[in-house]
Amino acid sequence: MGFQQYKFGAAGIGLMFGFSMCITLFGPSNDFRSGVSTWVGLDKQLSLGRVIGFSYEDPLVTGEGKPTTVILDKDPKTGAAIDPPMRAYVYEPGIKFSPGVNHPDLLGPGVQELSQGKGKIGQANMGAGAVFTIGKDEFNGEEVDYIVNATAVNGWTPSEVLAAAGDENMRFVGKGKTIFITEGCWWCHTLLPEQTQDWQFFGAPPFLGDMNGEMPTAFGSDRKAPDLLHVASRNSSREWMTMHFFNPRLVQPNSIMPRYDYLWGKTDINGNSIDMDKWRADYNAYVNGQSIYPPEVPEPARNSEVRALIDWVLTSLR
Amino acid sequence: MLMKYLFAKNDEIPAGSATIFFGFSSIFWFVVGTGLGSFNAAKLAFPDWVTGTELFAFGHMRQVHVLAVILGWISMAFGMTMMYMTPALGNTKLWSEKLGLWTVFLWNIGLSLGLILLWMGITSGREYSDLIWPIDLVVIFGVLLPLGINVWMTISHRKTQGIYITNWFFGACIFMLMIVFLVGNSPELFNLTGLTEAYLTFWFAHNVLGLWITPVAAAIAYYTIPKLTGNPLYSHRIGHLHFWSIVAFYSTPASHHLMSAPLPEWLKSFASVEGVLILIPAVAFVANILLTMKGKWSLFVENVETKFSITGVLLAIPLNMQGGFQQTRAINWYVHGTGWIVAHAHLALLGMSSFLEAAAVYFGLQAMLRRKLYSLTLANLHYWFFIIGFCIYWISMTIAGLMQGAGKIYEVPYIDVVVAEHPYMIARWAGGTMVFTGNVIWLYNMWMTAREGTIVPSGRYAHELAYER
Repeated sequence: MGFQQYKFGAAGIGLMFGFSMCITLFGPSNDFRSGVSTWVGLDKQLSLGRVIGFSYEDPLVTGEGKPTTVILDKDPKTGAAIDPPMRAYVYEPGIKFSPGVNHPDLLGPGVQELSQGKGKIGQANMGAGAVFTIGKDEFNGEEVDYIVNATAVNGWTPSEVLAAAGDENMRFVGKGKTIFITEGCWWCHTLLPEQTQDWQFFGAPPFLGDMNGEMPTAFGSDRKAPDLLHVASRNSSREWMTMHFFNPRLVQPNSIMPRYDYLWGKTDINGNSIDMDKWRADYNAYVNGQSIYPPEVPEPARNSEVRALIDWVLTSLR
Repeated sequence: MLMKYLFAKNDEIPAGSATIFFGFSSIFWFVVGTGLGSFNAAKLAFPDWVTGTELFAFGHMRQVHVLAVILGWISMAFGMTMMYMTPALGNTKLWSEKLGLWTVFLWNIGLSLGLILLWMGITSGREYSDLIWPIDLVVIFGVLLPLGINVWMTISHRKTQGIYITNWFFGACIFMLMIVFLVGNSPELFNLTGLTEAYLTFWFAHNVLGLWITPVAAAIAYYTIPKLTGNPLYSHRIGHLHFWSIVAFYSTPASHHLMSAPLPEWLKSFASVEGVLILIPAVAFVANILLTMKGKWSLFVENVETKFSITGVLLAIPLNMQGGFQQTRAINWYVHGTGWIVAHAHLALLGMSSFLEAAAVYFGLQAMLRRKLYSLTLANLHYWFFIIGFCIYWISMTIAGLMQGAGKIYEVPYIDVVVAEHPYMIARWAGGTMVFTGNVIWLYNMWMTAREGTIVPSGRYAHELAYER
């Protein structure tokens, strides 16, 4: 039999590969688009802002240019009590909006119409800043959550809302997730409980619509440590989190998690400088049985990276 | 010397220059990558070793290890083999040595920059596509496009009838990898979000493995084994079965990485079925190579390149048996996210793929330097450090993974799993360190080959000469 040359070589590759791409890319795109944003999804994108990770507004990935989430227990305009307290997402002037505000079609059918209509998100202006909240209403007989531009609807301005909330009610969620990404927490902790066996221990897997507008999702793939998607429902203690991040062996002697004491920065919440060498010496004395109690963990400063990280864990991972 | 050639006329650059620079770069990145791997493994066994600075934090170094190995060692070794195999199989010269040298130059610069940024924490936060998008564009247009142009032009200027199977893989895989890079990084380029971003992350991750790391490594064996043994390939037609089934089946199973995400169920089922079909190209490849060895099995012992190459082919058997079945729902629920997967990933990259590339880098550097390997003893040391270290790693992580899987389904408190895994984490570190040590020996051996290896007479191959040390 003589030599036979293909007549369809490059065309064959193009055809086959193109067919695969159609199935794996074009095929699921309709399913993705039909995802209706849930409350979790809206909360995530509004608290995280446009993008976590490398971007124009944050090229060094330090967590700059992100919105602030506040827990409001009274109306910043009228002073009337809000019970139960609600979340408001404060975008100070110049901070880029989350993807769903600029591209409402990402929100999914129903949420899009309500956000644009009753929520007036079309009137949000980046230069002036805006405050968003999450509303609930009916659309075609279904109850859906939608984005409310509280600046247009209630007349709340960013500075008013921040002043009314006070520091103890601010949550630096966007910066916190940035730290989660840059410190590589997701190399060991997944954000994706499994469909079969994780329900009892780590809670439900995310639903369709739980991540509309989130970037990156950082599900993780290698679980060397517990899943964190609902960690704050299991453990909501800020003190425990603080000790655990500073040195995980303080609360869990067998943990193999790294120490994140460098996220404290130079000073604690009172502006006193943190003497890391002394702390380590005291800690080693405790480990060697020379003292009964470990040294106190410094309380994180307001603008420290670990404060933001704990804010994100306790606010977002419920 | 590289600087001199970058601005020389193409005709004045000695043939094989691009191969040599690619070859040494790849070994260098292998040393860096496995060194980082060993350091990371130590941190998982002893978390209080080197703390207090983010520069040596596990979370800052893990992705640097992964990408140094994938884009540094493995992909540069591929570039190296393309620089010498493609022209040899077309009975012609490389289309442009100068373009090849520019490719290796830009590749080293771009990769170093990208990895330094990653180490500092400047990342896109997407697994395997962690590099920020400006670096992605450098990879696509500064590395893959010139590499592709060189390979495609060399193939089209061939002086042979038809295209040998290796070149089919080379030409097609570069093209497909460019598409994979563009589409996989589109969430960063166009700010695609949510489930689309999650899916495309693993679409990218899977396709880099399925359309680049494993098939190109297999393509290399289609060259090295016939060349080293002197036997013709058992069947070129079975080789084509391998090639076309990779293109048709293995470009689709990406979503099996996200079985628990709310992706459409039809997509997960489809991916699962397509994933099992990896057995077709896998059986075709392994059978084809092992049948080519007929009558020459003594070379598996006597010839170090054959030793590396056949080890890689044999490791493809467990690799594909695991890979084909572990992604089905029936098995995935048990092993997903555990150390089993880590072991499997190392079986693919450090086992099957790296052994095949090591053989080709050994062979190609001797051929292009026209020098016989400096020391067989050191090469054998490299081999045994590599294979024993790899086996320690693979077996310990597989056991650890099975324990994690059991802990997962029986709802053992997580910390008990961590305690039980501790001995295996130490074993993993020891294994990784052995691989690293072997690679340092290799770099020294190759460097000495370039300086002091016996000159191979024209018309002869290095592997026809007797070893001297």
